[in-house]
Amino acid sequence: MEITILIFLFGGLFLGWSLGANDAANVFGTAVGTRMVSFTSAAIICSVFVILGAIISGAGTTETLGKLGAINALPGAFAACVAAGISVYLMTKVGLPVSTTQAIVGAIVGWNLYTGSSTNLQVLFTILGTWILCPIIAGIIAMGLFTFTKRVILNRKLHILRLDAYTRTALLLAGAFGAYSLGANNIANVMGVFVPISPFTDVTIGNLFIFTSKEQLFLLGGLAIAVGVFTYSKRVMFTVGNDLLKMTPVAAFIVVISHSIVLFLFASQGISAFLQSINLPPIPLVPVSSSQAVVGGVIGIGLLKGGKEVQWSIAGRISLGWMTLPIIAALISLIVLFILENIFNLTVSF
Amino acid sequence: MFGLKSASLFGETKKLEREIDEFIDIVSEVGLVFKSIVPTYLNHSANGKFEEMVEKVKEMESKADKITKDVEHTLYEETLIPDARSDVLRLLEHIDELIGMYQGNCYHFSIQKPNFPKEFHEDLIELTETVVNCVESLCLTVRSFFRDIKSVRDNAHKVTFYEKESDIKFSALARRIFDSELALDQKMHLRYFVEKIDRICDQAEDIADEIQIYAIKRSV
Repeated sequence: MEITILIFLFGGLFLGWSLGANDAANVFGTAVGTRMVSFTSAAIICSVFVILGAIISGAGTTETLGKLGAINALPGAFAACVAAGISVYLMTKVGLPVSTTQAIVGAIVGWNLYTGSSTNLQVLFTILGTWILCPIIAGIIAMGLFTFTKRVILNRKLHILRLDAYTRTALLLAGAFGAYSLGANNIANVMGVFVPISPFTDVTIGNLFIFTSKEQLFLLGGLAIAVGVFTYSKRVMFTVGNDLLKMTPVAAFIVVISHSIVLFLFASQGISAFLQSINLPPIPLVPVSSSQAVVGGVIGIGLLKGGKEVQWSIAGRISLGWMTLPIIAALISLIVLFILENIFNLTVSF
Repeated sequence: MFGLKSASLFGETKKLEREIDEFIDIVSEVGLVFKSIVPTYLNHSANGKFEEMVEKVKEMESKADKITKDVEHTLYEETLIPDARSDVLRLLEHIDELIGMYQGNCYHFSIQKPNFPKEFHEDLIELTETVVNCVESLCLTVRSFFRDIKSVRDNAHKVTFYEKESDIKFSALARRIFDSELALDQKMHLRYFVEKIDRICDQAEDIADEIQIYAIKRSV
């Protein structure tokens, strides 16, 4: 493999690192923030399950992202990833929980604009629609689960210590599920643009198992996410866990599980196919924002408690971040593409 | 790795649950012993039995102390109930102080040997019973804090009720003591004992108030 290919792939790995640092924090943020799960346990579980989710179930959302804009040159893909990575990094610096999902979509649209390729508006609107739906669905799921769990806890008369032990275990399981769903749903953001131009070839292991080029890419992306989790997510986890709403450990569990369900729904080819088979509209397989899902879940619980405890000013700032991020990513994408094409004489599209 | 951790977590949890239950049992038992200690003391013929009971209270107090320390260590070492840990530890310490108050009363009876004339015996026994009932209700409040948060309010209400009863009985007895023909030094000595017994109820009520706040914080 040429060294230039590796350099270009590095753009995706940088974005993977951002995803690990920022989005993965959403999965375990509430658990670590409430000190129910140690950061090390969270980081290990998160990394393992993100990689598994990416390799096993990452294909669905990648297809959708490919339809938005099929970046057909490695330097173009590199530009999109770097633009998305930088914009996420900037937002994280400001302390806003944003997602790579919004950034990569903005960056792809930026590539489309720069290269004069058409943007598939239907796909774009589907993606934008899910961004509005995602926090709402997460909020509704959180409200339902919270009411149910609260009732069960009160009726079962569990000892405070027993409840603590159950909640810890539930947080670990929900976190593992969340990390798997995040890997499945968001690997497209990191490696999706490289799939059509993958530098890898399929590898057959002992005539039994084929490790496809796509899976190799996803494994690489998953590893980059894991590095992001270990190196930079701790601070973000505490921000997510404590700032928006002071949460009890049980509420923290509800937020993680609601977030995980939403991400899983929008990544599961199986559920989508099942709905189609019973003549229901399929769930669009779209990379949704894990930050939006978490914030939706937290606000859902806050509303259930009367809404007074929710820091609405922070919620407003977060929403503003969601709206501006794709635009910033698109603008950075345009700048990076311009630099690559005019200064480094690279072909950013065919 | 996580499976093992989880198994030890549940083992530690069960052990702690048992220890906390045992601790509350001790509070309740000390109260029952105290309820018999006062009439035993007043009945001068049973002084040997009285000292035996004081010794028993002392043993139970030491046991409660040990449990408090064990629970404290385990809660911190295993980082259990991070959201309620400080509340639980403060609660156990304050209840431990309550046991200390029972023990202090016993020692004062044993050392100072106050001379309660027969006319005050019945009132003193009644006051003691009310105080013990108050602490019994506190034990129920504590148990409900750990297991059945919905009942905290009802049980705490009973503590307040007995505390008021105890105040009434204390005032009546103190008034009767000072209205009597006893010498002032004896009156003050008896009042000291009556007041000390009544203070157990005040402490119990403070703890019950504390628990109600903790319960609000603990609501899921």
